Amino acid sequence: MGRYVLRRLLQMIPVFIGTTFLIFVMVHALGDPVNALFGDRAPDPAVAAQIRAQYNLNDPLWLQYVKYMGKLFQWDFGTTFSGQTVTSQLAAAYPVTLKLTAVAFTIEVVFGIGLGLLSGLRRGRIADNSVLILTLVVISIPTFVTGYVLQYLVGVKWGILPATVGFDVTFQSLLLPGIVLASVSLAYVARLTRTTVAENTKADYVRTAVAKGLPRHRVVINHLLRNSLIPVVTFLGTDLGALMGGALVTERIFNIHGVGYTLYQGIVRQSTNTVVGFVTILVIIFLLANLLVDLLYAVLDPRIRYA
Amino acid sequence: MPDQEKYNRSDPMAGAGDEDEEMQSAVESRTLDLGTMEGETLIKAERLGDHPETPAAGEERVAPRSLWQDAWRDLRRNPIFIISGLLIVFLVIVAIWPGLFTSTNPLNCDLTKSQQGPTSGHPFGYDTQGCDVYARTIYGARASITVGVCATAGSALVGTLLGGLAGFFGGWSDSVISRVADIFFGIPILLGGLVFLSVITIRSIWIVVAFIVVLGWPQLARIGRGAVITAKQQDYVTAARALGAGSGRLMLRHILPNAVAPIIVVATIALGTYIALEATLSYLGVGLKPPTVSWGIDISAASDSFSIAPHMLLFPAAALSITVLAFIMLGDAVRDALDPKLR
Amino acid sequence: MSSSSTSAQPREATADTVESPLLEVRDLHVEFRTRDGVAKAVNGVNYSVRAGETLAILGESGSGKSVTAQAVMGILDSPPGFVTGGQIVFKGRDLLTLGKEDRRKVRGSQMAMIFQDALSSLNPVHSVGSQLGEMYRVHKGSSRQDAKAKAIELMDRVRIPAAKARVGDYPHQFSGGMRQRIMIAMALALEPDLIIADEPTTALDVTVQAQVMDLLAELQGEYHMGLILITHDLGVVADVADKIAVMYAGRIVETAPVHELYAKPAHPYTRGLLDSIPRLDQKGQELYAIKGLPPNLLRIPPGCAFNPRCPRAQEICRTTVPPLFEVTDEAGTPRPGRASACHFWKETLDD
Repeated sequence: MGRYVLRRLLQMIPVFIGTTFLIFVMVHALGDPVNALFGDRAPDPAVAAQIRAQYNLNDPLWLQYVKYMGKLFQWDFGTTFSGQTVTSQLAAAYPVTLKLTAVAFTIEVVFGIGLGLLSGLRRGRIADNSVLILTLVVISIPTFVTGYVLQYLVGVKWGILPATVGFDVTFQSLLLPGIVLASVSLAYVARLTRTTVAENTKADYVRTAVAKGLPRHRVVINHLLRNSLIPVVTFLGTDLGALMGGALVTERIFNIHGVGYTLYQGIVRQSTNTVVGFVTILVIIFLLANLLVDLLYAVLDPRIRYA
Repeated sequence: MPDQEKYNRSDPMAGAGDEDEEMQSAVESRTLDLGTMEGETLIKAERLGDHPETPAAGEERVAPRSLWQDAWRDLRRNPIFIISGLLIVFLVIVAIWPGLFTSTNPLNCDLTKSQQGPTSGHPFGYDTQGCDVYARTIYGARASITVGVCATAGSALVGTLLGGLAGFFGGWSDSVISRVADIFFGIPILLGGLVFLSVITIRSIWIVVAFIVVLGWPQLARIGRGAVITAKQQDYVTAARALGAGSGRLMLRHILPNAVAPIIVVATIALGTYIALEATLSYLGVGLKPPTVSWGIDISAASDSFSIAPHMLLFPAAALSITVLAFIMLGDAVRDALDPKLR
Repeated sequence: MSSSSTSAQPREATADTVESPLLEVRDLHVEFRTRDGVAKAVNGVNYSVRAGETLAILGESGSGKSVTAQAVMGILDSPPGFVTGGQIVFKGRDLLTLGKEDRRKVRGSQMAMIFQDALSSLNPVHSVGSQLGEMYRVHKGSSRQDAKAKAIELMDRVRIPAAKARVGDYPHQFSGGMRQRIMIAMALALEPDLIIADEPTTALDVTVQAQVMDLLAELQGEYHMGLILITHDLGVVADVADKIAVMYAGRIVETAPVHELYAKPAHPYTRGLLDSIPRLDQKGQELYAIKGLPPNLLRIPPGCAFNPRCPRAQEICRTTVPPLFEVTDEAGTPRPGRASACHFWKETLDD
């Protein structure tokens, strides 16, 4: 177990460096941030040089990256050109997105696994086929279309839930965006659960459990579901990252001032520090989620634990 | 053994050969999307297929058919395959010869007709610019299908090649390729699109295709690698090796034909999701740009006035969804036909 | 083994004998409804087992031997498998008429099953202790601690070394033989009246096979249980079984006390099986093999199902299904427990 964790951690390091460097390079190719700062006016050469020095813009890119990462480990993400610290932007944006993600994740887990189990246990019947068709449809419609349609129907036309979020972030206002954000992942979870459950119903150990005379609910929960959840948990963990990425779209539709919104503003204004900072944190969350899944995987599956 | 590890559960034979392989991450075998999911069940099915169960008596003894013959026999009878296949043929025709379906020029717009609803001769109405929505929906097929097909072809080619090499040779080439794939995997695709594509000022279909290939190949590489490793461990490959077959021959004659099934399935489904991805990127303002006619652009443009003129959004969105659905259903049907275990 | 068992019931079961059988399967029919058609897996099987008796069921894969056992246990995969006729009388009750819940209560506590592949038959994510203890927790409502103590006791019974230390281990941490012992322990847990062992040693090394078989036989004697041993291995049967039923294409084609079957088979199929065992004293001669393949259950040949492969086949074999004939000796006195479903059983016997 210890060796397993250590190996995972070591493997994470090159991936972390590679991913963050890739992003760093791309963001710096956004264009000359100093020119962007001055907009259409020609910058004063002296001021421009001072800014360049201040932000290490004269160093080669790799050195800039090293310096940046060095600061980042001291929780210093730099400031935007307008003087706002990126840390304060992070503090404003991340809690909102985390709340949204939490709502979406809960919906995804509860309904995804529930529908998948139902469908897998009733393979070939009406319930199963409806779940299959429904999930296919959900996967086929791009999230932003689902978003606009639901926003209009539920939020505007029927007025069941708030149509936009704005600055007043409440649970109720996040419910609709949460459903939209969760929809595609939910469909995946349902299909994955269905597949593994359907497969495991034929497993020998399930037959053994039946032969032992266990009641059906015990066979299903203790043996069938417990084993089927291993790949599902794997998916759920990594999907946390995908959800945060998907928040880019959802936040835009529902006017949520979270990570997606701030990041989008950062790109439009070519604020390098904002973009790199936000993306790096997202990548770290993504990688941490992966690590967590690895650990969870070992907890759930003794064959990994004792390997 | 990334994709197999978790599947060895009920397969005592599977673990036998790979004690020397390093323990793999659960995350490496994660199922990131539908395509991967379908492909992995297929890899696994293949693996289970090689030690035949003797399940009671339902067993049938008829002349053996090859996997593909069997699959084809199945597909011909499968209504889902027929419907999605016909739909795709139709969409491809629309993409190649849009003029067959409308005589209206999608770029010929009349602002006075802005946002007008459907009228005779213009069944889908007009958009904000006063362009004919029907004509734009027809012409939009080309961009979407082109992006889908080219991006899939590109990432399948790169992915299969790199994944195949990693799986076949193992060792350090495997480690390097897998780590590089991890790096690209570490970037959520929408986030990457937002950052990367906003850098590039040239707006062309090929930039979007290139971007999707760059972030899409690891998915197919992983499937390819898993499939090759599975195929490599099958007894007939060992047998061929024992008979003195060289690496090249092994790869082309024995491994590739058996590894290609999951790749085809995943690629078909990926094609659908790439089309949706292009639309989403266009929506975020980093995908295609006018004057290119694309569903993504139109949906995005229509989204602001959805409550006033929903037809502007619904028609291209429906076209997009049906296209994506057709490809996913096709992949699904092929997967079912190729997966002997789910019969 | 025991000498009390020279009375296999061929056709007409005697329910009202002094010692009525523990389990009696009467005219059982099972079919699988598949996409390609209906496969008739079991076509009128009759057999019976008494307490303390061992019945071996012999046959190739696809002969319906496992399906019969699954039907008896009530763990048939349904769909596609369906019991379409017959009775399964266990301790005087027809199990097929019982409700689901009553049927479940019989499973595990009164009849238990041992499967072939212990690795895949044990749940990989639960410790063996909890899988053994589950029997007590579910059927007896024992507490977690009691169940664990019982599990250790069981593991001791089947002679797993250091049971106390290994109770928390997982199936993959045991060797094949030890895993099969755990399967046996699980079956024995509630001291059932009947154990069905489906190829219990097939997946094991030859040296371990004997150990496991001996253990099973010993425990059976100790608890005076009925044992149905399903196998395709004639070698295993000879040592342990009291009587044998040979199955082919979903029917019993011959029944006999174990030694008589070996000495004088009365069905060409049994004869073929015996002839295909390699023998040391015939080194150098070509091995005998039954020609042809087992029948496709979707298309069982008319008449005797074995006729396409039978060296003795005549016209009657292709048209008339042979009933289970009572086998007699030259004088015409019936041999107890013997029957053969062959039109030419006499000729075969005399060979």
